[in-house]
Amino acid sequence: MSAAGCRDAPTVVADPSKRRLVALVGPPNCGKSTLFNHLTGMRQKVANYPGVTVEKRTGVARLPGGSEVELVDLPGVYSMAPQSEDERISHDVLLGKADGLRRPDGVVIILDSTNLGRHLAAAAPIIGLGMPVLVALNMADDLKQRGGSVDPVELSKRLGAPTALMSARTGEGIEPLVEFLEGSLGLPAPVELPVIQDVPQCRAWASEIGARAGYRAPAPPIWTRRFDRVFLHPVAGPLIFMAVVVAVFQTIFTAAVPLMDAVQEAVAISGGWIEQTMPESMLRSLLIEGVWGGVGSVVVFLPQILLLFLFIGVLEDSGYLARAALIADRTMARAGLQGKSFIPLLSAYACAVPAILAARTIENQRDRTATILIAPFMTCSARLPVYTLIIAAFIPERPVLGQVMGTRAATMIGLYVLGFVAALATAKLLKSSILKSRGTPFMLELPPYRLPTLRGLGLRLLDRAKVFLRRAGTIILGTTVVLWMLASVPLQDGAPPPIEDSFAGVLGRTIEPLVEPLGFNWKIGIGLITSLAAREVIVGTLGTIYGMEDDEESLQAALQRDLSFGGAVALLVFFAFAMQCMSTVAVVRRETAGWKWPALQFAYMTSVAWICAFLAKQLLPG
Amino acid sequence: MERLDLPEADARRLMELGFVPGHRVVFANRSPFGDPRVYQVDGAEVALRRDTALHIVLRAVDAAATDRQR
Repeated sequence: MSAAGCRDAPTVVADPSKRRLVALVGPPNCGKSTLFNHLTGMRQKVANYPGVTVEKRTGVARLPGGSEVELVDLPGVYSMAPQSEDERISHDVLLGKADGLRRPDGVVIILDSTNLGRHLAAAAPIIGLGMPVLVALNMADDLKQRGGSVDPVELSKRLGAPTALMSARTGEGIEPLVEFLEGSLGLPAPVELPVIQDVPQCRAWASEIGARAGYRAPAPPIWTRRFDRVFLHPVAGPLIFMAVVVAVFQTIFTAAVPLMDAVQEAVAISGGWIEQTMPESMLRSLLIEGVWGGVGSVVVFLPQILLLFLFIGVLEDSGYLARAALIADRTMARAGLQGKSFIPLLSAYACAVPAILAARTIENQRDRTATILIAPFMTCSARLPVYTLIIAAFIPERPVLGQVMGTRAATMIGLYVLGFVAALATAKLLKSSILKSRGTPFMLELPPYRLPTLRGLGLRLLDRAKVFLRRAGTIILGTTVVLWMLASVPLQDGAPPPIEDSFAGVLGRTIEPLVEPLGFNWKIGIGLITSLAAREVIVGTLGTIYGMEDDEESLQAALQRDLSFGGAVALLVFFAFAMQCMSTVAVVRRETAGWKWPALQFAYMTSVAWICAFLAKQLLPG
Repeated sequence: MERLDLPEADARRLMELGFVPGHRVVFANRSPFGDPRVYQVDGAEVALRRDTALHIVLRAVDAAATDRQR
């Protein structure tokens, strides 16, 4: 939290329309997001550009002088030749052609100073736009440490634009950037630039400019080499990969428990307090059974989800994730998928919606469709509450690998593997039938290993917490309130009916024949319907229904009474495969421009889920 | 490195990653199962599958820094 004293400065509430807009651009792995986080802190907003699905990240930076600047973080691009959707957006924003955003008043180009030759080549076309520009030479600490150097003043002359040799991680050397944001945003001096469409020419130009500015490339990152010799070792590599996965899940299961207990306790105490202070009424019943019983039982899972994202953040920021992609590539290749599908699939572990959007970077249309179709099989974080609830109720905790891993974590890993295998099998099926294609080549840049920053991780978690709580406050709250109403009418003699006779009960019993072969009763049937809104809603739904029946019994105990072991496994399997998420259906429709693919996908996933759940129920004892 | 025998869009991407004719490509590492391999080019490390790497035409500079050629 050392944003150059920004926070101590007096706040000037400026007219937002008078704020300057400055764009941050740069190639992937240049530390652009770190700089964006450093400048804006928590004053960030993520939205979409209208009409397209590229994320638009904007934020406000408060400068020491008291003024404010609006920043927009453009997608990482290697060039200004608009090949992918991401590049087109960056291109359009800089030319003032993007909808929903005016043309920026200035541009900050962020380059990795340890790799200046290649990155300067990417900067040339942006400087060529003739907008006020500053070139930030990021990762100066790395450069110095590895024995490289560059003269920023000389480079500035050659580029015709101011430069800042700085580190976004520490904030060191950021002053010229702050001056640029505060100052007059002068136009670049005219300099000779290469033909921007010609990559070799841009690269040659960059070498020349670099040489004139005394650029000495740093020694190769020795530690990265050493780490890679271990992490990519034929034997140790895959073993470490597996150890990382086991450690992540074991921690999610054990370390999150005290925190989850604390949240549970808080929900229970506040619910009890309402029960005592409010007079008996319909409103009290709505609050306790609907809101507290429903939303409360979902909010309990916040610590677990944050812990999962903490791990993903550490793996991504440290650079290990790129190595994991490399280790997994052979498996992907066997399913006919290319490396570019890996990143969308990986982000599907968080949520299928951004994953499907991330598939935009795949130029090959058929590969992209295949990736979109399999992404919802990956175990998203909304499944976590469902899995945890069932596992905690039905799987006794016993050690599996000595003291390293328990049965519960093992079951959880098994479910993740199940989703992954289903995704790959489906990909294989699609790629060998309706979506056959010659793949585009796999190219993956491996960034050097870096220590993740607390700030970066903290902002990530804050972001995820906001998303989760927003869902709890909107979709989950909405469905539980509607469900509570359906479960409270029609009134019999002015009082709510027994739950079996309510509208919800009638609906549940109507569909019971469909779910009965899976070992589910009508209450779980209702949960399957409401969870179409979002998977974790089933937890809230069951919390509400069982809460209305009996206030005292815990949700776990009620489920143990109502589900056999086979039925519990069937429920897990159903959730692993079914496309219980309307947001995903909507985004697939938008991305594939029509109902054909989402309809096919929904029917396919639901059938697979039903059949596999049926088999699980029939083959397992109890 | 001499040239890229790939469709234009793919070749362009590779060039942006540093595979520009005239640059030195050094084999750096292999992934645990042997493919993809990691190459060091223009100050960065880039992983490519064998079928892509086969389309990059190289000229040997010296024995130590030579990689597979077409």
